[in-house]
Amino acid sequence: MFPLNNMVLFSITGDLQGWELFVNSLLPMFLGAIKYTIPLTLISFTLGLVLALLTAIMRLSKSPILRVPAVIYVSAIRGTPLLVQLFIIFYGLPSLNITIDPFPSAIIAFSLNVGAYASEIIRASILSISKGQWEAGYTIGMTQNTVLKRIIIPQAARVSVPPLSNTFISLVKDTSLASLILVTELFRRAQEIAAVTYDFMLIYIEAAVLYWIICFLLSLVQQALEKHLERYTAT
Amino acid sequence: MLLSIKGLAKSFGDLEVLKNIDVEIEKGKVLSIMGPSGSGKTTMLRCLNGLEQPDKGIFTFDDGLTLNFENKINKQEALKLRRKAGMVFQSYNLFPHKTALENVTEGPIIVQKRNKNEVNQMAEGLLEKVGLKDKMHLYPHQLSGGQQQRVGIARALAIEPDLMLFDEPTSALDPELIGEVLTVIRDLAKENWTMAIVTHEVQFASQVSDEVIFMDDGYIVEQGPPEEILKAPKEKRTQQFLDRILNPS
Ligand SMILES: Nc1ncnc2c1ncn2[C@@H]1O[C@H](COP(=O)(O)OP(=O)(O)OP(=O)(O)O)[C@@H](O)[C@H]1O
Ligand SMILES: [Mg+2]
Repeated sequence: MFPLNNMVLFSITGDLQGWELFVNSLLPMFLGAIKYTIPLTLISFTLGLVLALLTAIMRLSKSPILRVPAVIYVSAIRGTPLLVQLFIIFYGLPSLNITIDPFPSAIIAFSLNVGAYASEIIRASILSISKGQWEAGYTIGMTQNTVLKRIIIPQAARVSVPPLSNTFISLVKDTSLASLILVTELFRRAQEIAAVTYDFMLIYIEAAVLYWIICFLLSLVQQALEKHLERYTAT
Repeated sequence: MLLSIKGLAKSFGDLEVLKNIDVEIEKGKVLSIMGPSGSGKTTMLRCLNGLEQPDKGIFTFDDGLTLNFENKINKQEALKLRRKAGMVFQSYNLFPHKTALENVTEGPIIVQKRNKNEVNQMAEGLLEKVGLKDKMHLYPHQLSGGQQQRVGIARALAIEPDLMLFDEPTSALDPELIGEVLTVIRDLAKENWTMAIVTHEVQFASQVSDEVIFMDDGYIVEQGPPEEILKAPKEKRTQQFLDRILNPS
């Protein structure tokens, strides 16, 4: 028997069916989203963005000491499956006597992942800003760092919003992989319920609908954000 | 003499773009630089404020700052050079995420760390001078080309440079917008700003300049007061060039 180690699941038993099962499953899945899926997404995305900005700047540097590690990091993350990365951190590291709990393991893996993909987006956005902007900054006396901070990054940030929103929405869905390292997020809750009730179709469809609703709401936010930013860019 | 340049040379790879150029820029005077495409005008102007690093040459400023490019100059010196001159670009290069006013105040507030209120007042004054006080809260994309270029001029003036550099400031403009920009530059000449202007506007150059340089193939072919260079050039290459731009066929 699958261990029902979660308080929320107590009301779900094998005899529940149909509409009643659907309604009773909503709360545990919803709580899984609130307690894990959404925090996992928000924290990983924030940490990932910081990492991405750092990596992008390192990759644009002339010094190989900064550039090479950044290139290797991006290549390694993009060249290996996210699931494998998760497993290395959660199941692999303990053999080196490094044991990390499921949730922080997931945070590490997803942050590293976002860091690599978003760094490419940020790098491309920085490169898309014309050379004339750098020169205009220099001619009013700015140093390279000041131009980057005051002139280039604010413009690059606007360029990166649409692709970064896509990364964000993908991340919401990717967090379902954390179910495989025992994080009781939305999809793991679904698996636990399905294991008791055997109604795989209903439960997994229900999980899918919940992801869909979250992503749909996010895409509305994305559209509003893009519209807001358009005000400043030339048409 | 605000700035005296001796033996300025610059190559891009194998291409020698500037070949041993001597120029003197007098305080309060306007120097116009003319010459065919590819002759090195832009490169020379960019060397003057350190956007390009010359291979050779000695720059001597009236305040004693001397830069010898024989040895690579350090970051500090490069920054000093850059802050001597304000630059107005052919393509304006305004900061699109900042309003006209913010474009002008950015240098004084962020770089020179001057008092915000004073800078705002000064910047409003500069925008009034270029005829854009009523547009100061608009973003660059809301302005016409001529208006953007006038903001560009105000932005360069705001850092109170010793020398103003203009690289074909009206070349990207529709003909009906050229006049408003030239008028602003003429006003600056009347206020005795020291300026070096790359331009193809012969009429304007002859009105505004104290000295005209004609460049070709990386050399200064001819140099003198505008009446001489633009009305009665001695060199054949200058004559041919003027012929071509005054009588386009
Ligand atoms: N960064 C660069 N790298 C390589 N070559 C360059 C570079 N900048 C300029 N050049 C070359 O140097 C030569 C002089 O260019 P420059 O822009 O100074 O000419 P110009 O007199 O300003 O011409 P125009 O009237 O067309 O603006 C040209 O042959 C140009 O292709
Ligand atoms: Mg040029």
